[in-house]
Amino acid sequence: MTAVVQDLGWLAVRFVVDLGRLATFGAQIVRAAFLPPVRVRLFVAELFKLGVLSLVIISVCGLAVGMVLSLQGYNTLVRFGAEQSLGAVVGLSLVRELGPVLTALLATGRAGSATTAEIGTMVATEQLDALRMMSVDPVDLVVTPRAVAMLSVMPLLSALFIVCGLFGGYLVGVGLMGVDPGAYMSSLRSAVDFRDDIVGSFLKAIVFGALVGLIATYRGFTATPTSAGVGSATTSTVVVASVTILIFDYFITALWGV
Amino acid sequence: MRDFLVGCFVLAGLAAVAYLSFQVGGLSWKGPGGLGLVANFDEIGGLKPRAQVVIAGVKVGQVRSITLDRDYRARVDLDVDAGLKLPVDTTASIMTSGLLGDRYVSLQLGGEQEMLKPGDKITFTESAVVLERVLGKLVYSGGSGGKTDSKEAQ
Repeated sequence: MTAVVQDLGWLAVRFVVDLGRLATFGAQIVRAAFLPPVRVRLFVAELFKLGVLSLVIISVCGLAVGMVLSLQGYNTLVRFGAEQSLGAVVGLSLVRELGPVLTALLATGRAGSATTAEIGTMVATEQLDALRMMSVDPVDLVVTPRAVAMLSVMPLLSALFIVCGLFGGYLVGVGLMGVDPGAYMSSLRSAVDFRDDIVGSFLKAIVFGALVGLIATYRGFTATPTSAGVGSATTSTVVVASVTILIFDYFITALWGV
Repeated sequence: MRDFLVGCFVLAGLAAVAYLSFQVGGLSWKGPGGLGLVANFDEIGGLKPRAQVVIAGVKVGQVRSITLDRDYRARVDLDVDAGLKLPVDTTASIMTSGLLGDRYVSLQLGGEQEMLKPGDKITFTESAVVLERVLGKLVYSGGSGGKTDSKEAQ
């Protein structure tokens, strides 16, 4: 009995300590991002790895989600004779929830895990220690470009996901199901509001980008310097970041939404 | 080549953001500028800010805000397209799209020569029909079987 309580206490203490370390790490990244030197070349290289290489999976998933949403929405709405508002259903679901959340989850799987594996391998092969030997701060050189790139890439990916989804929804709704194109677009436009929906959507994407960037780099940075350690750090990034995204999504929706 | 691809990616992302903001989100450079009119109603029955203002079924503006006036009536501020010329005896009525759909404000034009100016008050208004009250009346009159209901007699 005592052992169980002790384990629980140990878990709680470890959680708080981990959270504190994460916050300190985040503060270091913020400081390195604002202080010179500005590492433009490294930042662009990370934009390529995190953004351009995620483009295929983001656009294909966006298209598929939009198409399936339109199909399901049509089959439900047609029972009530309300298939004219298909555009509103597809648009609101994509803009408010599916766009930012699914993009963040996909980017965690595609780019976040890659970032953790990359930094973890640097830790395992003592490359970061070599940087410290040359009195180069690894947070400044290795971590910051990746975290900032993840933050800036996420809203763009999310916007592309939503546009692909709207296109897919239009394709199925108008092309396959025969909803009037004018009715689809006008119900979409009248349902989606700029402040409530679009700004909220980008706010979510930016917060998720910051979270994924922070968690992915932190897990890589603190990985156990072995092959197995890098593997488990990568797994942990995907699990922790996904759960964090979903929890934050609830609270952003509750605080921002009407 | 890599930089070119990154540039394309950023441009495509920004284009998507702009499309969502201006085309889908309905953001416009003009802002809320337009013919601001005021109308007082006894009952707005679920009219909300940003509801449509229509003339002959065509959208010409939206409801900017709804507040309670000093005489305890609903004061509805309307934003109507600036190019429109509306006579001073225009009637504003609150309608419902379909049986249970959204509320909107419909304007019926009058015949006066004088036109409404920005900030003017629309004098003739028609309140919303609250479905529950209509149903209530129907139930009472139907239940009494044509005879005078005791509650109505009081």
